[in-house]
Amino acid sequence: MTIINMRKMKVNQTGAIASIKADGALGRRIRDMGLINGAEIRIVGRAPLRDPVALRLRGYTLTLRNSEADFIFCEVKDSHE
Amino acid sequence: MSDKVLYVAVAGQPNSGKSTMFNAMTGATARVGNYPGISVERTEGNVRLPDGTTIRLVDLPGTYSLTAYSQEEVIARNVIFNEKPDAVINLLDATSLERSLYLTLQTMEIGANVVIGLNMMDEVKKQHIHIDSEKLSALLGVPVVECCARRGMGADKLLEMARQQALARPETIEPLYISYGPDIDPVLEEFTAKIEAAGFMTERYPARWLAIKYLEEDEVIVAQGRKAGPLGQALEQRVAEVSAALQATRNTYPEAMIADYRYGFINGLTRQDVISREDDMRFNYSDKIDKVVTHRLLGPVIMCMLLYAMFYITFTLGAYPQGWVENLFALLGALVESALPEGLLRSMIVNGAIDGVGAVMSFTPLILLMFLMLVFLEDLGYMGRVAYMLDRVMQTFGLHGASVMPFIISGGLPGGCAVPGVMAARTLRSKRERLATIFTAPFMVCGAKTTAFIMLTAAFFPENPTRAMFIIVLLAWAFALLTALLLRKTVIRGASTPFIMELPPYRLPTLHGVLIHTWDRVWQYIKKAGTVILAVSILMWALMTFPELPEAEREAFEAQRRGIEQQARAHTGDGPSGQIAEGLITDALTAMDDAEAQASLLHTFAGRLGKGLEPVTQYAGFPWQANIALIGAFAAKEVFVSTMATTYSMNSAAEIEESTDLSKRLATDPAYTRPVVFSLIVFLLLYAPCLVTVVAIIRETSLGWGLFTLFGSLAFSYLVAVGVYQLSSLFF
Repeated sequence: MTIINMRKMKVNQTGAIASIKADGALGRRIRDMGLINGAEIRIVGRAPLRDPVALRLRGYTLTLRNSEADFIFCEVKDSHE
Repeated sequence: MSDKVLYVAVAGQPNSGKSTMFNAMTGATARVGNYPGISVERTEGNVRLPDGTTIRLVDLPGTYSLTAYSQEEVIARNVIFNEKPDAVINLLDATSLERSLYLTLQTMEIGANVVIGLNMMDEVKKQHIHIDSEKLSALLGVPVVECCARRGMGADKLLEMARQQALARPETIEPLYISYGPDIDPVLEEFTAKIEAAGFMTERYPARWLAIKYLEEDEVIVAQGRKAGPLGQALEQRVAEVSAALQATRNTYPEAMIADYRYGFINGLTRQDVISREDDMRFNYSDKIDKVVTHRLLGPVIMCMLLYAMFYITFTLGAYPQGWVENLFALLGALVESALPEGLLRSMIVNGAIDGVGAVMSFTPLILLMFLMLVFLEDLGYMGRVAYMLDRVMQTFGLHGASVMPFIISGGLPGGCAVPGVMAARTLRSKRERLATIFTAPFMVCGAKTTAFIMLTAAFFPENPTRAMFIIVLLAWAFALLTALLLRKTVIRGASTPFIMELPPYRLPTLHGVLIHTWDRVWQYIKKAGTVILAVSILMWALMTFPELPEAEREAFEAQRRGIEQQARAHTGDGPSGQIAEGLITDALTAMDDAEAQASLLHTFAGRLGKGLEPVTQYAGFPWQANIALIGAFAAKEVFVSTMATTYSMNSAAEIEESTDLSKRLATDPAYTRPVVFSLIVFLLLYAPCLVTVVAIIRETSLGWGLFTLFGSLAFSYLVAVGVYQLSSLFF
């Protein structure tokens, strides 16, 4: 298990949120949408210009910009192919 | 029998089907208004229950949470605190139960009398999710009703439960108590005790809720607390200490910890067999559709085709009803013309009121069509995908993915209209990006400007008017995006609002819902045309009519006309030469009429203003005729061509071919050098949005921002025009 930045995650990769470094309005919004430590996510796609990223969690789909994903770190399995 | 009136609020997260349910419950009684001073809609309606109870329902703004993240969230909780509804119906999207319950918990922490509606139960079953609503009800201690808003299922039961809850309501409801763990709970206890002892804002808010808000560093509550008394400062200081300690020991913030525990509470609920599903990461049908619709290559292609189709339908199909409305007003004008004697009153009613309101009303079919499609795509969930796909580009200019739609509607494809464009900016939830979009959207080439550009390009770029038009459209986009960037770096500086947004599953909207939402917007537009526009149309008419030519000068024109007729009669006999002479006389008389029209216009306030502005506009190279036309075009951009014609005294020459003749006239005018033409085109593109748009902007934002847009773009366009004129003068 390694911890990587959400921006680095590939489409279809799954992971659990390990830490969120954002505070203020951004942090509040991230948490309100259910992105909190331990939440399991799966990257479902990226926009045509590779930004924003779409992910699935808690039974719904969420999108956020790469610049926002930078604050989120996920624990992922080492051997993903 | 009871004739009690109960007040019930409907809360829910965006895309929870709250509006659909609200419409199902209230039927045709719903009325849309705005919360005072802001553009957040407030919908109310009445329902009469079978037992005679009347329930007054208010639809709260859709929010994910009740923090102070957005205006909507503050409004939603203020309604609960200030208006004290007897019950709050909280509609949940049961397919994302955990996230939906986050709002429910916060509503219950306030101490609201909650009734839960589990919506989308049909989808829940389809996705093989099992939800035990009785268990949920028992665990939370509030009624839970399974619903399907699309089919109106559950509406009656929700209302009945809300009635029972409201009537059984004890004096005060004990707010939901959630434990926030060993780090936060002691602090909350300490704060609660202090707040209760000091009676600190407790007349309005529950003490423990206030304590939580202080730890969450809720800007609104903290600001209120500063005014309420010295305890506010003390609490803020304690929060800073607690926060520093938490960061040192646990590397987290109090606010984050509170959110963690709320979701922990929800997990605790759902783990007790409330919900079971196979795999919540599983791709559903929406994800499969998105594989194509937001595909790297296919996505943008489909989007372009859809946008173009929308545009085409609005302005091609819409042209027919638009024509009917125009004809209707023309007929009305003719009727009044025949019923009233010639004079100022008739001129005011026909040329001022009817023409002005008619020009505005004729856009109603376009707005109706545009919003029908826009509301449909929005309710379907597609607009979110457009924002998602284009956000990267718009972000570069300090805008938001959802800014694209207002741009396109405003005339990003020539022929749009800035009024529905500005209104479409409502889909933008972030304030700064929304203001920048509203400021720059009117730069686009709207239908009215198109007529002016067609005339100008035909006159000055006869070799390739299509290419010239294309360049103008590109210029419009370039100016809009760059100006937005400039605004976001200066006047509305600041970090972009987080993009973080739900991509709701595709759901076919209900016809009823689409019609209601469309009609609300169209009706607001019509109301405006009947009031503000009427007044200003008459004002513009007055500016272009008064003061009238002095009696002596009119008499002089009259005398000249009589002279021509007399001269002619003396020379004319019968026969073919007589007919030719007749034609010459008509021409001479028309020329005289045109000369009088020109003299009259010059004599009016608008004319004097145009002429008086020459010392200012000379730096941009405009002749005074263009000044007057530009002033007139502020009322409605269509007026540019007709006013130009009048200023060149060729109004009545040949009305049908007005624009072609005017093009020829301008093309041969030595005053219009290349630099003048460039500068005029750029100015016409950027200068003040038309009156109707300004009114729309004021409605959508504020009086201040409306005036800023008006004068700001006027100043900006002047500077750009001067720059263009001076620079290009070096080359031509």
